[in-house]
Amino acid sequence: MNSRDKILGTVKNNQPPLRELPEVPAGGGSGDLAAAFSTMLEGIGGQVFLVSGYDRIVAILHEQHPDARRIVSGCPELAGFAEVAGHYDDPHALENVDLAILRAHFGVAENGACWMTEDQMIERALPFITQHLALVLRRDAIVADMHAAYERIGGMGDYGFATFIAGPSKTADIEQSLVLGAHGPRSLIVFLLDEGVSDAGYY
Amino acid sequence: MAVGMSENKKDHAALADEFNKDEPRVDWHDQTLWWIRQKRDKAAHQVPDWELLRDTASGIKDNVLSNLSGYLQQFETAAIANGVTVHWAADAMEHNEIILSILRKQGVGQMVKSKSMLTEECHLNEFLHKNGVEVVDTDLGERVVQLAGEPPSHIVLPCIHKKKEEIGEIFHEHLGTPAGNADPQFLTHAARLHLREKFLTRRVALTGVNFAVAETGEFVVCTNEGNADMGAHLADVHIACMGIEKLIPQRRHLGVFLRLLTRSATGQPITTYSSHFRRPRPGQEMHIVLVDNGRSTHLGRKDFRSSLKCIRCAACFNTCPVYRRSGGHSYHTAVAGPIGSILSPNLDMKKYADLPFASTLCGSCSNVCPVKIDIHEQLYKWRQVIVQEGYAPVGKKVAMQAMNWVLSHPAVYHTAGRTGRWVMAHVPFTVNNGLNAWYKQRDMPPPPATSFGEWYKKNRRGHE
Repeated sequence: MNSRDKILGTVKNNQPPLRELPEVPAGGGSGDLAAAFSTMLEGIGGQVFLVSGYDRIVAILHEQHPDARRIVSGCPELAGFAEVAGHYDDPHALENVDLAILRAHFGVAENGACWMTEDQMIERALPFITQHLALVLRRDAIVADMHAAYERIGGMGDYGFATFIAGPSKTADIEQSLVLGAHGPRSLIVFLLDEGVSDAGYY
Repeated sequence: MAVGMSENKKDHAALADEFNKDEPRVDWHDQTLWWIRQKRDKAAHQVPDWELLRDTASGIKDNVLSNLSGYLQQFETAAIANGVTVHWAADAMEHNEIILSILRKQGVGQMVKSKSMLTEECHLNEFLHKNGVEVVDTDLGERVVQLAGEPPSHIVLPCIHKKKEEIGEIFHEHLGTPAGNADPQFLTHAARLHLREKFLTRRVALTGVNFAVAETGEFVVCTNEGNADMGAHLADVHIACMGIEKLIPQRRHLGVFLRLLTRSATGQPITTYSSHFRRPRPGQEMHIVLVDNGRSTHLGRKDFRSSLKCIRCAACFNTCPVYRRSGGHSYHTAVAGPIGSILSPNLDMKKYADLPFASTLCGSCSNVCPVKIDIHEQLYKWRQVIVQEGYAPVGKKVAMQAMNWVLSHPAVYHTAGRTGRWVMAHVPFTVNNGLNAWYKQRDMPPPPATSFGEWYKKNRRGHE
């Protein structure tokens, strides 16, 4: 008997009588979700800006990352500011990216995470290999919690790879001292896009 | 030395003794982990329905264990449809052979690996090293212990036992950082540069798995550093290794577990990255290795099977008064702490006979467990199984036999009590010495003048 059949046989033999699946709590929460999201994300080392459009995004990025040389984006609106490509043959070609600006689907108020699927990443490696990351999402695209997040994901298209990103890459492995910029981006900016706002700066 | 330990191997008590020689370090270790426990409490209290969440997670995992064979087949079918190659490994050796064969097929002698306690359990690194394959652990804490030639001492915080000065020295020796520099920011940056080169040059990346979804065939890997993603997305081949108990039924169940995992582990609301891998990227190979290594047997142990619900958050480590004061290495197993002490005896009852005794049974572990495993009750039950099977540590065995004789002979019991009190009052040095394990780090308490029985006889009899 091969290992597969042996394992499945023993498991079947030893598993207890069937227990019903419990209900999953419904997603919920009300109030100003964008404000809650911003507070949470800033608490874990990210920055949030409420912006009216891409001009404002460019201005803020100039200010925040004056030394960025190679800037890559998945937003066609940023064509003059960043290298906007649909595809790279080899992810290693992204090794020297200083700043990547990508769209995300939505944010989660309870933990500051942003959900993005691979079609928004250009290459799967890009949101991780870039020195700094900026994500763009709509101000009203914030859900309260992870239950609401998966309800929303369930209604979206299929993906081969997707991820929640909550803040810059970090580690506290050395004596529990928090250091931002472990292997991935050293900083994360999230732009909440709302054409109706006056550009006030920080959320 | 305890019976049941193989030669040259020390048991938990002996290893804890070594750790306890450096008292300031023990205090530091204790306080650091307690601080993390407090962060966990704060995070948990911010979630209104925390207890409902724990109940739900526990219930989902109960369902998983009761239909594991069905979920495994469902997962396999979905993963294959996603273009992933699925392997089954009955034990650690088969797991290691599968990894080696994938590497050989690629003609590759190097690999990057993100954190996977399963590969620690299987001693994959040693096996690959013997077969000429170089493995680089890419989690910062794991890299530190790998360079130091040690196993991780904690499943979430692998080098929690190390001082920054020691890490500075290790990096000075292996990465060429300046001698005497122990600044965490500086050392982390040095590791970032060192490991970036590895990510960019290695063609095979191995990751662990936090959750695998039967419904969709996808698996989720959680890291703060981004090392799993850096490895996987730059490699031609991604191998993901998982114990068969990591399955959950549906994707929406991830909402429950991702809310619990890091809040329980470190008090964070979520890890920086929660990556969902479903299909290899074009041109990439993706492998999943499903590993049993004793889990299917454990599933058949009625009193102990619920330990397979564990999601490896390590909340039970951080809260455990024994773990905090004895250090992870004293457990001489890949998964230390309270949960490791109920999982390991299943793997090898003789080798790990000491671990269920490395507990005060205070129950703090069960109170913080996000999937509500009755950890301290299982520790207690394992003690009974271990004694019945004849694997009890010899000192305990003799003491228990003596106690059994005393307790079953009332006359002896009363004499023994009187004798004990006399000894403590007149010749305390005969018990306040190194032969008495309870004397370590403390004095024996002053003995009562009389026993309760004697007091009752004198004071209460007449009043009835």
